[in-house]
Amino acid sequence: MKQYVNNIYFGLKSLVVGLVVTFKAMIQPVVTVQYPREEIDITPNYRGHIELVPNPETGESSCIICGMCAKECPSECITVKSEKSGDGKTKVLSLFVQDFTKCSLCGLCVENCPKGAIQFSDEYDLAGFTKEMFHFDLIKRLKERQ
Amino acid sequence: MEMFNFLPPELIRMIIFVALLIGLVFLNALVMVYLERKIAGHIQRRLGPMEVGPHGIFQTLIDGIKLIGKQLIIPRDVNRPLFRLAPLLAFTPVVLPFVVIPFSQKIQARDLNLGLVFIIAMSAINVLAIFVAGWSSNNKYSLFGAMRSVAQNIAFEIPILLSVLSVVLMTNTFSMQGIVTAQSNIWFIIVQPVAFLIYFIACIAETNRAPFDLPEAESELTAGFHTEYSGMGFGLFFLGEYGNMFVVCSIATVLFLGGWHGFTLPFNDYGAIIWFMFKVYFLLFLMIQIRWTYPRVRFDQLMNLAWKYLIPISLVNVLITAVIVKL
Ligand code: SF4
Ligand code: SF4
Repeated sequence: MKQYVNNIYFGLKSLVVGLVVTFKAMIQPVVTVQYPREEIDITPNYRGHIELVPNPETGESSCIICGMCAKECPSECITVKSEKSGDGKTKVLSLFVQDFTKCSLCGLCVENCPKGAIQFSDEYDLAGFTKEMFHFDLIKRLKERQ
Repeated sequence: MEMFNFLPPELIRMIIFVALLIGLVFLNALVMVYLERKIAGHIQRRLGPMEVGPHGIFQTLIDGIKLIGKQLIIPRDVNRPLFRLAPLLAFTPVVLPFVVIPFSQKIQARDLNLGLVFIIAMSAINVLAIFVAGWSSNNKYSLFGAMRSVAQNIAFEIPILLSVLSVVLMTNTFSMQGIVTAQSNIWFIIVQPVAFLIYFIACIAETNRAPFDLPEAESELTAGFHTEYSGMGFGLFFLGEYGNMFVVCSIATVLFLGGWHGFTLPFNDYGAIIWFMFKVYFLLFLMIQIRWTYPRVRFDQLMNLAWKYLIPISLVNVLITAVIVKL
C-alpha cells in the first residue's frame, strides 16, 4: 500500500516537473535561424570547395604552379595548367579547375601547397542542375572576388 | 425573413445550429492543427510553420486543400464497403455531441435531459470506427492499431464514466445546462479534484493522444489504423480526432470548470461563450503540451495505469461522494 501511494505521488510529481520543463522551453527565445531570410556566420573550420588565396600585396594568386595539389589529390579532381608569359621567361597560371563532384574535402591539397595558395571557401548553399556546374574555375573566382 | 415563415421556427433554428456546429468542427481542426504545430515548435525552441501567410496562419488551410485534392486510393484486397464507411463513421459521431454542448446560457442547440449520456454514447462510436478501419484495411499494422485502440478504450471508458458519475451524483441531473447551473457558486474542480484529474487523464487516452497514442504509434505501426488511408479519408480521421478533443475538453469544462460561468460579460446570455471557449482552449493547450512533453507509454504500462490506478481510485471517489451526498 505504501508503495502504491508512493508511486502515485512520485508519478504525479514527475509529470508536473516535465510540464514545467516544456513550458519554460516554450517561452524561451527560439534558437533556430530562418534560413533564406537570416544567415549566421560560418565557422572557420567549415570546408567548402577550395579557392585561391590572393596575395595580399599584388592581389594575384601566389600559386607557383608546382602541381603538388593536383598530384596529391586522392580523387584527382584538381587540374592546374600554365603557359609561358609574354616575355617567355616565366610561367603564368592559365587554368585552375576543381571538380567538386569528386572532392572528398580531405584537405590534402590545402595542407601540401608550398605557398599556402589555396584554402577552403565558405560556400555552403550550392545547388545546380548539371555536373558541370560544380567544376569550379578558381581563377575566375579569384578575379570575381576582387 | 418573410419567406421562411411557413417553416416551423424550431426547424430554422436547428438548421442554423447544424451549419454553425459543422463549421465549428472544421474551424476547430484548423486552429488546433496550427496551434499544435506552433506549440510543438516553440517547445522545441523553433518557430513552427512560418511560410504561408503571416506567421504561417494559412498553413493548415493549404494543407487541408492539398488533402482534398489528393486521390483516394483504395488498396486491392481491402473490404471495400467497410473501408469506405470507416472515415464517415469516425467523423459523424464527433459532430453530434456538439448539439448538447452549452456554449453559453442561450447558445445550445438542444438541452437534452440525458445530454451527458448522449455524448458518452456518441463518443463510443469512435472506437467502432477505428476498429472498422483497422479491420477492413487488411494490413497488419492497421489491425494491430485497431486492436490496441479497442483494448485501450474499454479500459479507459470505465474511469471516465466513474468520474462523470461522481459529478452527476452531486448535481442529480444529466442535462449539460443543469450541471453548469449547479456550479454557479463553486466549480466542481474544487470539490472533485480527483475526479477531474482522472477524467482528464482518461480522456487523453480515450482520444488516442500522446502519450497514449498506441493505436497510431508511428514508430511501431507506421500510422496504425489509418495506414492505408489517403486524401480526405485520412483527413476525416484527422478532423474526427481534433473534434473529439474539443468534445472531451468541453465536457471537462462543463463538469468541472463551471462551463460558461465567469465574470459577467456584456450580453452575458450569449457573451459567456467567450468564457467557455477560453476554458476549453486552455484544456486543449494543456493536452497539446502534454503531447510534446511525455514519451509514449508501453502497452502494459497503459493497462496498469487504467486497471491498477485510475479505476480503483475513481471507484473510491464515487463511493466517498455517494456517502457524502447521502448524509
Ligand atoms: S580536398 Fe582532397 S579531394 Fe578535395 S581537391 Fe583537395 S586533395 Fe582533392
Ligand atoms: S600546390 Fe599550391 S602552388 Fe602548387 S600548384 Fe597547387 S596551388 Fe599552386
